[in-house]
Amino acid sequence: MAIEMLYFAWVREAIGRDGERVDVPADVTTIADLLDRLAAGSDDHARAFADRARLRAALDQEFVSLAVPIGQARELAIFPPVTGG
Amino acid sequence: MIEVRLQAERFDPGAELARLEALGSGAVASFIGIVRGEGGLASLRLDHYPGMAERAMQAIADEAASRWPLLGLVLVHRHGTLAANERIVFVGTASRHRAAALEACAFLIDWAKAKAPFWKQETFHDGTTRWVEARAIDDAAAARW
Repeated sequence: MAIEMLYFAWVREAIGRDGERVDVPADVTTIADLLDRLAAGSDDHARAFADRARLRAALDQEFVSLAVPIGQARELAIFPPVTGG
Repeated sequence: MIEVRLQAERFDPGAELARLEALGSGAVASFIGIVRGEGGLASLRLDHYPGMAERAMQAIADEAASRWPLLGLVLVHRHGTLAANERIVFVGTASRHRAAALEACAFLIDWAKAKAPFWKQETFHDGTTRWVEARAIDDAAAARW
């Protein structure tokens, strides 16, 4: 199964792109698992995902914790805590 | 009237207030967020999550409308690059009584700051840039509702 990843703010800058299509390995369950897998394969991802306390996620455009299973979601966004308003 | 807008263009608070006043509700409250020009700030860029930002703003507006008896609600948030002293966000509420208008207005900006996918990047006159860090006080402000 593949998922559309989106990156915002300094996460996008650290990875060097605003998104990518990622194949979710069969043994990956949660968002945190997928971040671990991506970090293991690329220095840029490892740097962007190093401090999980500074990361937030949205699954199909709903805020969720990194411990949530990816399930059948089509879009996963990773970003810092929001600072609008 | 519930109106939510995400836009790069400037907005006119007077025009927004006039539309809220025309509802004849008896009380109108508003909040305007402005780019702070302190510390050598040259400009502020507002990054956002297209699609989700609009949905989140609409959900926040719907929540306000479900909690307070509002006759009108306007929530406008800008994106893109803004100069110091430019307006970023507008919240306006109209109700029959001041308490509902004022409380809903405060709720809307507290939740917009904490629950809508926007990120601020500051550029300073010396050319350096910095992503604004989220503050615990903003989460606390949102949590009080």
